[in-house]
Amino acid sequence: MEDFTWRVGGPQGGGIETAATLFARAVAKGGWWVATKREYHSNIMGRHSYLDVRLARKPVAAFREKVDMLVALDGETLARHLDEVRSGGVILYDPRVLELTVHKLPMLDHRVAEVLSERFGKLDPSLKDLLAAYVESGVQPLPYPFEEVADRIGAELGVPSLQARRTLNTIAVAASLHFLGFPLEPLLEALALQFRGKVLELNQKVAEAVYREEVPRLSFQLHLNGYEPGRVYLTGAQAAALGKLAGGLRFQTYYPISPATDESTYLEAHTAFTGADVAVVQTEDEIAAVTMAVGAALTGAKSATATSGPGFSLMAEGMGFAGMIEAPLVVTLYQRGGPSTGLPTRTEQGDLQFALRGGHGEYPRLVLASGDIEDAFLDAQKALAWAWRYQTVVVHLLDKFLASMAQSLPKEALRVLQLDGEKRLLPKREGLAPYERYAPSEDGISPFIPIGTPGGFYWMTSDEHDLEGHITEDVVLREYQMEKRMQKLKTAQEEIPLEDQYTLFRDGEVLVLGWGTVKGTLLEALDHLPGVGYLHLRLLWPFPKIADLLEGKRIVTVEHNYSGQLADLVQQETLKRVHHRVVKYSGRPITLDEAVEVLRAVLAKEAPERLVLRKGV
Amino acid sequence: MLELKLADYKAEKQPDWCPGCGDYGILSALQMALFELRKDPSQTAVFSGIGCSAKTPHYLNVYGVHTLHGRVLPVAQGAKLANPHLTVVAVGGDGDGLGIGAGHFVAAGRRNVDMLYILYDNEVYGLTKGQAGPTLGFGEKTKSLPKPNPQGRINPLLLAFAAGYTWIGRGYAYDVKGLKELIKEGLSHKGLAFLHVLQPCPTYNDLHTKEWFAPRLYKLKDEGYDPHVPEGLPPEELDRKMAQFQEKAAEWGERIPIGVFWKAEVPTFEERLRAYLPRYPEVYPALGQREPLDLEGLLKEFAL
Repeated sequence: MEDFTWRVGGPQGGGIETAATLFARAVAKGGWWVATKREYHSNIMGRHSYLDVRLARKPVAAFREKVDMLVALDGETLARHLDEVRSGGVILYDPRVLELTVHKLPMLDHRVAEVLSERFGKLDPSLKDLLAAYVESGVQPLPYPFEEVADRIGAELGVPSLQARRTLNTIAVAASLHFLGFPLEPLLEALALQFRGKVLELNQKVAEAVYREEVPRLSFQLHLNGYEPGRVYLTGAQAAALGKLAGGLRFQTYYPISPATDESTYLEAHTAFTGADVAVVQTEDEIAAVTMAVGAALTGAKSATATSGPGFSLMAEGMGFAGMIEAPLVVTLYQRGGPSTGLPTRTEQGDLQFALRGGHGEYPRLVLASGDIEDAFLDAQKALAWAWRYQTVVVHLLDKFLASMAQSLPKEALRVLQLDGEKRLLPKREGLAPYERYAPSEDGISPFIPIGTPGGFYWMTSDEHDLEGHITEDVVLREYQMEKRMQKLKTAQEEIPLEDQYTLFRDGEVLVLGWGTVKGTLLEALDHLPGVGYLHLRLLWPFPKIADLLEGKRIVTVEHNYSGQLADLVQQETLKRVHHRVVKYSGRPITLDEAVEVLRAVLAKEAPERLVLRKGV
Repeated sequence: MLELKLADYKAEKQPDWCPGCGDYGILSALQMALFELRKDPSQTAVFSGIGCSAKTPHYLNVYGVHTLHGRVLPVAQGAKLANPHLTVVAVGGDGDGLGIGAGHFVAAGRRNVDMLYILYDNEVYGLTKGQAGPTLGFGEKTKSLPKPNPQGRINPLLLAFAAGYTWIGRGYAYDVKGLKELIKEGLSHKGLAFLHVLQPCPTYNDLHTKEWFAPRLYKLKDEGYDPHVPEGLPPEELDRKMAQFQEKAAEWGERIPIGVFWKAEVPTFEERLRAYLPRYPEVYPALGQREPLDLEGLLKEFAL
């Protein structure tokens, strides 16, 4: 197999994440590059959740529409993923679930149950009916009694049933790999990454026992791909947290919110590492999170906060404050489905225009977006550096897809950047007199003076102010300060290297424009689309000067939102027409197959202006 | 350190408060307290919210940050935690702290960051021309209100107590000397000190005026009230202290107590941070990243 996707589905809290991590590590130990995506409900336990692990011979960040192997750890998975396994693929399931009917799946959405009723022409189809449909579509059924196997192996090893059943995830992974003809050794190594001591011993014995049993050979097999050391496997939220540390973060605030919290809790858990001794404060709300980060920044501490849509709405006020008093501030925004509470655990890129414009009045802000794990690490460093260089707000956009996605990549990809350029006042040695915090400067940047700098003091106010930071409503001073602040945007646009603003991965008569997490999908789609180019936008504000690149092209934007927010931005900033806007707002990421299909239609001049993608469960 | 005079703490900027405003008394008391404690202006920061009282920092020669309406406490806590060697004072009005900022007021009590919060309470929103503040009683009608206040009054002292403030005091804006002493005590307290200041608004509050307050105010210490709650007090003794506090904090009308109501010894947030930052506060965020990041070590858990 050159391209393989393994999917595991089951109830939330049942350990399917452990299973996916184990599978990903096992195949990675066998030399494959992997990417894992995670779909879950806003729920603690019980509701349906699933993960895809995709393998490839080169680094991968895109996901397929159909999977090669589905492991159903419960009956509901059978019901939800019908038509999601490719013809010729396999489904591994516990035959006991076949006794169930659709209406006996308490967490299944009514809509899905109704669709199934209609499809099978009965009020309450049984899971046997569903399985027959899988088979009809060319999927090979592999009954595998997970719990029975656990009990049997438990008895063999002299382990009580309850304890043996805790290894169900290992059994599911081991069985999958065994069916695929994949050697045992990498799995044992992967287990050693995951467990320690007695638990490791038990899990390894269980895996060995699974491998001792005879299983039918599948029509496709998964071979080793030549292991190379020096690779890491981590999520977007972890990469962003590490990037912040590499960028010198000292103070982080947050209010719990999905999917942003993972970043802050990672930081809280790793303060013992050298250079990672960050003060992390959980605040009462996001208003406090953003304003507390501003307070810390004023003393000279590199500060940031991380949130998702609803929290970002509350932060609009504090961000304007930072912009007005010229405080360096990084806001890491993990977008999720909106509006309002929306889809807390599903992906969306619906906050672009809000990130650019949110808040009253005008102040300079920089907005950058990460496309993958490597970007998340590098961008977090840039965000901090730019916030301090320009003494203003930098919004770093990620989304739920990237936050929870994990990717394997070479360790060298996580480069520590040498970014500097902060202007800081040299303190006076003697005397005591006010500092001019807003001293005139051609580039708009006055030297930064941390509160606590000896020799003086200054004032700051969220009101319009004079050079000393006192309130003023004077027309000349108002114009002067407004122009000084906004000048920083021009300076940033001139200073930020073009490669940090955008990347033209390939030129083409049809030119696709994307931002954020469509990157991995579109880059792989290019392999299937001669004649199609891809321009990936990294900096969204100040908006890069890309009009010349668009000249004479058929322009297509691809993004995860309803209206095509990038398309509007491109048209506004370049005065070029966007010919097709491809959007997806189901909360599920765009698959490789969808991207290829829709762009083929564009190439064939068979596509309307607006194209909505709807695949995924 | 320079030899500083009281005048050195006074900024050139002249206050634009109404004549007779209680803010003047509070400002003077604060200047005197900072001077008498010989606080280094370059290591002192006064934060304020928005409103008349929030202009205070502009009239002081220390670092002054005039923040957002209701948000003074999170900004001030952020600065103090990032540089624990600063002397931090937060100031704001009753609307700022107990209206729009009520959530932050409560949350700050849970943390006990070592700083002083002074709440200027004149029961009205002065800068927007006299709407009812959160401390104006139900049914009370100041001259600026078209109808009697339909909402009830928050008791700031009881709320601060419930939230966990470890030093709770009340002063009076026209008793500058007494107020100065309270500010000094609040500043010297280890933990979060809350100083509630009763302050007539001669322009909009014609109910609770200087004349109304004068005969009602009395000093707790004159009645032998002991606010100190030492660590490890037996439960029955603690109950007695709490009952005593509640009785005095709730007293309003004919007699109104001022002074120190509560003074407890509780670990500060800075001390609590040590649980995961063992070198704090010797090594604090404002110093920057002191050693290069151990990225290799951090990446170990992700290695394949």
